[in-house]
Amino acid sequence: MKSSWWKILTIALLAYTIIAGLLLDVPRLPILNETIRALYFHVTMWFGMIIMLIVAVIYSIKYLKSNDLRHDDIAIEFTNAAILFGVLGIVTGMLWARYTWGDYWSGDPKQNASAIGLLMYFAYLILRNSLTDVHQRARIGAVYNIFAFAAFIPLIFVLPRLTDSLHPGNGGNPGFNAYDLDSNLRKVFYPAIIAWTLLGTWLSVVRVRLKRVERKIEDKLINQIS
Amino acid sequence: MLQQIRTLILKELTLEWRQKYALNGILLYVVSAVFITYLSVGAKQGNIGVPTWNALYWIIILFSAVNAVAKSFVQEHQGRQLYYYMIASPEAIIVSKIIYNSILTLVLALLGYLVFSVILGNPVQNQGLFVLNLVLGGLGFSACLTMVSGIASKASNNATLMAILSFPVIIPILLMAIRVSKNAIDGLDWSVSVDKIITLLAINAIISATAYILFPYLWRS
Repeated sequence: MKSSWWKILTIALLAYTIIAGLLLDVPRLPILNETIRALYFHVTMWFGMIIMLIVAVIYSIKYLKSNDLRHDDIAIEFTNAAILFGVLGIVTGMLWARYTWGDYWSGDPKQNASAIGLLMYFAYLILRNSLTDVHQRARIGAVYNIFAFAAFIPLIFVLPRLTDSLHPGNGGNPGFNAYDLDSNLRKVFYPAIIAWTLLGTWLSVVRVRLKRVERKIEDKLINQIS
Repeated sequence: MLQQIRTLILKELTLEWRQKYALNGILLYVVSAVFITYLSVGAKQGNIGVPTWNALYWIIILFSAVNAVAKSFVQEHQGRQLYYYMIASPEAIIVSKIIYNSILTLVLALLGYLVFSVILGNPVQNQGLFVLNLVLGGLGFSACLTMVSGIASKASNNATLMAILSFPVIIPILLMAIRVSKNAIDGLDWSVSVDKIITLLAINAIISATAYILFPYLWRS
C-alpha cells in the first residue's frame, strides 16, 4: 500500500483531469470556442511524452555507462510509452485541427516536426528488432536513442519557432498567457501533465516488470537444459 | 590524435583511389539521377520554377550522399576493422570518417550543381552563399550519415535501415540548408540568411558532438 500511493494519485489526477477538463468553465474565445479543452489532453500528452523521452535518454546513458540490462529495460519501455502518447497526441491534435484550422493536416511546422519525431522513434524500434543479441541490441539501441534525441530537440523546439506556426502562441497567434487571464486553465493544465506522465510511468513500470520476469523464466529454462 | 586523423584520412583517400569503381559509381549515380529528374519533370531549360529546382537538387544530393556514405563501415571486412580498433582511437576514426565523407559529399554536391546548371539551368544569383551553404550542408549530412552508417552496419538489412534511421535525423539539416539555398538562389542579402546559417551551424555542432561522444560505445561492440 505504501508504494502504491502514486498509483492512487494517478487515478485521482486522471479523474480530475477528465471531469474538470470537460466540465469546468473555460474562456469563450472566437475560433477556439470549446476546443480550448484540447489543451488539457493534446498539449499535456505531448508534455508527458517529452518528459518520458528524457527519462528514456537518461537510462540509455546509464546503460552505456554500466552495461546493466535493467537500465535498458527502463529506457525501451519509457520510449514505448512515449511513442503511445506521441501517437495519441498527434491524433488528438489532428482532430482539434479539423475543427479549428479546417483540415486534419494543414502542413503546420509543428505538426510536421512531430510527425518526423515519431518516424525517428519508429525507426528506433525497428533498429532494436533487427538486432538479435540482447547486449548488442541494448547498446546500439541506446546509442541511437541518444543520437535521435539530440536531433529531436532542435526539430521540436527550435525549427518550428523560426517560421510562423498556426499553433496558438506562435506566429502572432495569442498563446496560453493571453487567454488565461484568471489562471483557470492552469488549474487543470498542470495536474493533467502530472497525471499523463504518471500514467505513462505506470504503464512502463508494469512492462519493465513483465520483461524482467520473462527474462528470469528464460534463464531458468536455459539453465535446466544445460 | 591529429596525426592519427591525418593518417586515417589519407588511408581513406588512397583506398578510394585504388577502388575507383566505387567513386565512379557514385559520381555516375548523381549524373543519372539528375538526368532522370530532368526527363521526368519534362522541363526544358529554364522552364522549371525556383522552389522546384531547389527541392529537386537537395533531394538528389540527399540520396546520393546516403548511398555514398552508407558503405563507409561496410566496405572493409571485420578483420581489418579489428586491426583499426587496435591501432587507432575511436575518436580519431569517427573524426577522420566524418571529414572524409564531407569531402566526398561536397564533391557530389558540386558535381550535382554542375550537371544541374548545364541541363536544368542555373538560377543561382548569390554563388558565394550557395557554395558556403553546400559546405555546411555537406558537413552536416556527412556527420549524421557517418554515425548512422556505423549503427546500421551492426545490423543486418543494412540499406533499408540506413534510410529509415538517417532520414528523420537529417531532416532538420536538410530543411535549414534548403531555406538558405532558396535565399542564395533569390540573391537576397547576406544579412537575411545569417541567422539561418548560424542555426545550421548549431545543428551541425550538436550532431557532430553527439556522434563524437557516442561512437566509442558503438565501436567497442
